[in-house]
Amino acid sequence: MAKTKMPFTTLDTGPHFYPMLGVLAAVAAVGLGSALYMEHHGHVVTGMSNQVVWGLPHVFAIFLIVAASGALNVASIGSVFGKAPYKPLAPLSGLTAVALLAGGLMVLVLDLGRPDRLVVAMTHFNFSSIFAWNVILYNGFFAIVGVYLWTMLDRRMNGHSGKVGLAAFLWRLILTTGTGSIFGFLVARETYHSAVMAPLFIAMSLSFGKAVFLLVVVGLYRMEDREVGDAMVKRLAKLQALFVAATFYLVVVQHLTNLYTARGGEVEHFFLGSGGVYTLLFWGGQILVGTVLPLILLLHPGFNTTRSNVLLAAALVIVGGLAQVYVIVIGGQAFPLSLFPGMQVTSDAFDGTVGAYDPSLPELLLGLGGAAVALLIITVASAAFRFLPASLADAEVDKHHAEANA
Amino acid sequence: MTDVLSNPTRRSLLAGIGALTLAPGIVLMAPQPADAAATSGKRWGLLIDTTKCDAGCNACVQACGAEHGWSDPTHGRPDQAPKWVRKVDVKDPASGKTASLPVMCQHCAKPPCVDVCPTGASFKRADGIVLVDRHICIGCRYCMMACPFKARSFVHEDIANQRPGTPRGNGTVEACNLCVTRVDAGKLPVCVDACAGAGKGAILFGDLNDPNSAIAKRVREVAPARLRADLRLDTGVHYQGL
Repeated sequence: MAKTKMPFTTLDTGPHFYPMLGVLAAVAAVGLGSALYMEHHGHVVTGMSNQVVWGLPHVFAIFLIVAASGALNVASIGSVFGKAPYKPLAPLSGLTAVALLAGGLMVLVLDLGRPDRLVVAMTHFNFSSIFAWNVILYNGFFAIVGVYLWTMLDRRMNGHSGKVGLAAFLWRLILTTGTGSIFGFLVARETYHSAVMAPLFIAMSLSFGKAVFLLVVVGLYRMEDREVGDAMVKRLAKLQALFVAATFYLVVVQHLTNLYTARGGEVEHFFLGSGGVYTLLFWGGQILVGTVLPLILLLHPGFNTTRSNVLLAAALVIVGGLAQVYVIVIGGQAFPLSLFPGMQVTSDAFDGTVGAYDPSLPELLLGLGGAAVALLIITVASAAFRFLPASLADAEVDKHHAEANA
Repeated sequence: MTDVLSNPTRRSLLAGIGALTLAPGIVLMAPQPADAAATSGKRWGLLIDTTKCDAGCNACVQACGAEHGWSDPTHGRPDQAPKWVRKVDVKDPASGKTASLPVMCQHCAKPPCVDVCPTGASFKRADGIVLVDRHICIGCRYCMMACPFKARSFVHEDIANQRPGTPRGNGTVEACNLCVTRVDAGKLPVCVDACAGAGKGAILFGDLNDPNSAIAKRVREVAPARLRADLRLDTGVHYQGL
């Protein structure tokens, strides 16, 4: 029996397309306007300070960058691990990854003190800097995923997609290791300095990326009333549960490692008990909303039978993920640096006190602008190129799955 | 002073001597020729005698702020204001012993800020002074995340009335530069002068690499502490009596 390729189509510019585009463009424009406002006045108009030097824009940027590498995972499962049912979604997975990375980097760059000097960052490399490594890793990710998409979308290149997919998979693991190590290698900060940061960020990337991808797939198909089969959603839901659990495991290891030592006890007391908004976000956001509820919705037989619960779980993973990144990035800085271990310290520069941080509206709008840019890229590219399988109905996917195995 | 430094004969005499001790804690350094490169033969450093440093005295902080302009009024919140040097009051909860000491860039031999800077804007001169090149600082603040001493500040707004020897800029990071232009001209950092002027004489500046320098001798004599010595950054600022 001759194998038939799954047909791919573009996103129809139907009645929902332009309103959606308009909303996303407006949010992106407001984000860019906020960046201009911050650039014009300086960071004095933000909640950031000399104690909390990275604020809400970094939370969004890191979430998007981490989610980007995770969003590629569906393609990797298809290409690298040979799971045929995921193959139809591989091009969209690659597109989502590139779009999320672009949105995240936009936020990161526009939050620089001197965003006009981006060219300096591209031309002056200090190779002992993990940031400089990341500049190379991000650019490489665009290039490799770009080639990967080419091998998937151009039939003449299809034969190379396995090898390029493997390269992209390895690259994304290194990339997220780099992102986690931005924090993990900071020897001075007890809240960060840990080898667990790299694998934790990889687990987070798989979880956040999968959640975003699930919502993107269902959202795009719902815009056109195309069918997404229950089996496909269930497959993605199972993976989602696995990744949420993996993230939780590494979070437990992260905190147990600290709790075991006398020195780390103060850090844990802060995050788990006395840290105010950070404690609330840890237990309420990261653990309850981002971990416990999604696991119940995805694994409990009483809940995981409906698609709306799966989508709700994905949305909760995103909310909990943002809370987790907030706790890591902001909470980790708010906890005072220990210049004199074991001593009580005071100064007029806030030594020994928990750093205050109230995010400002422009910071929030810049972060949301980055997310909007990512979604805008996905929407426009889906309309311009054939990224979407014509049908994700179970019968269609299974038919091609069966043929692929024949 | 200007006459002394501009007189070639006297200048060469001073250069030959290396440094001239005028009074305890007050050392006149030999000026370098204007085009001389910093040399790794020297390692500039500070020794701060915390037993002479009073909690109520802020002379070093005020002098530094006036010299470099960072203490000029700003529109931001107090936690956004630059602090090149700050007085920290320390108390040992076990013994009740207290100390008050200035904390600034520790001019590490292995500075984490230099390691993490993506563009190389954070750099260490051959003579151990850690600086920020404001021309290629992109304002990413990663050095501030990496510094164990909270020694660096981010400039949160436009700056007026800049001091000629201290270029600064909105959106870039800055810190104590050990008064590098003064040191290159053979003078002492202003905090050292101010401390002596306030009658404390608690800060000694000099070349840690020169075994005959006053600072090197005192370091050998009193075996001073260094902040976060556990991190093994080989800091250039030493604290006596801590």
